[in-house]
Amino acid sequence: MPPILEVRNLVKKYGDFTAVKGISFDIKEGEIFSLLGPNGAGKTTTISVLSTLFAPSSGDAVICGHSVKDEPMAVKRCIGVVPQELALYEDLTAHENLVFWGQMYGLTGRALTSRIGEVLEQIGLQDKAKQRIKTYSGGMKRRVNIGVGLLHKPRLLFMDEPTVGIDPQSRRAILDSVKELNRQGMTVLYTTHYMEEAQELSDRVGIIDHGELIALGTQSELTRQVGQTDTLILHIGENEDPQPLVDALKTLPGVLQATPTDHEVSVVTASAEELLAPVVTRADRLGVKIHSVDIREPNLEAVFLHLTGRALRD
Amino acid sequence: MTTRKLFQIALKDLRLIFRDRSALVLMLLAPFLLTLGMGAITGRFSGSDTNSGVSDIPVALVNQDGAQLGDALVEMFTSADLDALLAPALLTDPAAARAAVDNDEYAAAILIPAGFTASIIPSPAQSAPPHPVQVEFYANPTRPTSAGILKAILEAFLGRVEVSRIAGQVTVSRLLEDGIISADQAVQVGMSAAEEMAQSTDAGSTIRLVTTMEGGGAVAFDILAYMAPGMALMFLMFTVTYGARSLLVENRQGTLARMLISPTTSTQVLGGKVLGIFLTAITQLLILIGGTSLLFRLQWGNPLAVVVLVLAAAFAATGWGMIIAAFLKTPGQIASVGSAVMLIFGLLGGSFFDITMLPKWVQTLSKVSPNAWGMEGFLDLARGGGMAVVRTPVIALLIMGALLFIAASFWLSRRGLARQ
Repeated sequence: MPPILEVRNLVKKYGDFTAVKGISFDIKEGEIFSLLGPNGAGKTTTISVLSTLFAPSSGDAVICGHSVKDEPMAVKRCIGVVPQELALYEDLTAHENLVFWGQMYGLTGRALTSRIGEVLEQIGLQDKAKQRIKTYSGGMKRRVNIGVGLLHKPRLLFMDEPTVGIDPQSRRAILDSVKELNRQGMTVLYTTHYMEEAQELSDRVGIIDHGELIALGTQSELTRQVGQTDTLILHIGENEDPQPLVDALKTLPGVLQATPTDHEVSVVTASAEELLAPVVTRADRLGVKIHSVDIREPNLEAVFLHLTGRALRD
Repeated sequence: MTTRKLFQIALKDLRLIFRDRSALVLMLLAPFLLTLGMGAITGRFSGSDTNSGVSDIPVALVNQDGAQLGDALVEMFTSADLDALLAPALLTDPAAARAAVDNDEYAAAILIPAGFTASIIPSPAQSAPPHPVQVEFYANPTRPTSAGILKAILEAFLGRVEVSRIAGQVTVSRLLEDGIISADQAVQVGMSAAEEMAQSTDAGSTIRLVTTMEGGGAVAFDILAYMAPGMALMFLMFTVTYGARSLLVENRQGTLARMLISPTTSTQVLGGKVLGIFLTAITQLLILIGGTSLLFRLQWGNPLAVVVLVLAAAFAATGWGMIIAAFLKTPGQIASVGSAVMLIFGLLGGSFFDITMLPKWVQTLSKVSPNAWGMEGFLDLARGGGMAVVRTPVIALLIMGALLFIAASFWLSRRGLARQ
């Protein structure tokens, strides 16, 4: 079966600035594919080009067998988009919003009414559908934002950081709904800068940074790139300078990588347990107070750190 | 399918604007209250028999002509027809009359110079063509409404005189060319023709402030017929600016992008937004017209012509809204510039005072605003005119709207609808 989405050497420039630098990847039907990267990495630009909002500067993408450059209307009918911002009319009710957006996707009459009922049930807002959006909580607004993207039953759903700025309970509900949609057969392209979300949801992950796709594969394939390593996260005081400790730790046997971040030092090693005591001793000698230590087994954060030398939230 | 989406977008915008209380206040309540307030100031609601809201306008008349036309002019201003409206005073010294106006004793002075009649109706003994002599209208700037009414009466009189003079000249030329009369008879024949023309235009009476509607009874000119369209047209500019602002607001909040990534073309999205502004503008004008008709018993004139003029004014104003949206970058900029444009067009268009009081170049400049053309049309309709009197304003408004749409569409297509 051909991929539902094929991206080939996609480039998007805004004047002199290149936001997306020739990325290529495929998504198979029925997959949840995450684009993981820090803010400004090019995730939203990629979604904007794939959803035909902006034309690519070069390269192309084929979605449901149609080129985004040459057949944008056919692409639009196949995809659903949940944008990062709450693209809703606050002075309209949830029901009125769904009616309007359904009309934009060509739904009318009974088909529209019945689909709105299904979507309201899916997002759990049947009893509040007649309230204006501006009276909703952030989480409820997010749910309506997702509901709009589902109205026309798209084969491929783009979700651009749908959990930004919401409470943990709503976030959990959204992640569960993504899994449920996928279980029902919907293919999902999910962008996030939260490593945990990508880990929980994705069949495959593409890691994007500065407009380039720097890693691509299943989670086990990606963590294998880092090797069988652990990461020690040393939490130091706010006023401490981490650099002397980083320099000292780099000379310790068994330390593969030492990186300073905000009030933390990340140490990549083959065995965290064996390295813990020498690390604490070395910090003590330097007069650096360690408040706490986390030991992390290989994960996508470690992969990102390994590939870029920076934490995802930097 | 194409037009259906236009209406779906437009109706959504219409619904949104009618849910915005602050917008409704400025769209409907403000023009209504201002009309009401200005009507009250001018005495419209004082129960005067004239129903004009203005009465006993003090006017100084200085007749140095002492001949046929000068006397006719004085007679008109002192006639029984205008008795309730005017309070004329006959003076002899032009300087004293001007000084009295300066002292706010009169709304205006009308100074008829010596030789006025002779400059228009040459005597049989005259061989050379007469030198033109002008009637002076000396207005009191602190009484713009009253002065405007006086000026309108004077202009109507002079217009009739001019028509009669031309009629006389044309008649004489044709008769001379055909050899029916000799040169000696020319002056006498010309005078007779002019007199006949003057009498045929208005059966014997002088100018009255009462006009007749097409196919109907007489209606009195109502001061609110001046105030209400002025306010409606000024706040029409607020409405189109608000609509234009919504294009940038939608861009900022992401709903414009969401429309563009649905199976909807950018032409449909832009067309829907424009239609929304247009429908809102029409709705606003019709509500204001209906409201003032019901509450103030205001006669707007021929209903069909009023509707045609409303459509044309809304079209031209929407064009201005689109130009503002095309060239400005943020909703805040549109709000500021829109307010300025609303006030400038209100001033230029005659929403606050009669622009015929202003210099000629300002009157010419005012034609860039839909307000000026709209006012012209609404005033002519209120005076009893029909479809014919709104032809020129409607054509001008349609041309204005079309040019603005072309310019705005060109610029928006270059810039792109959605932000990058």
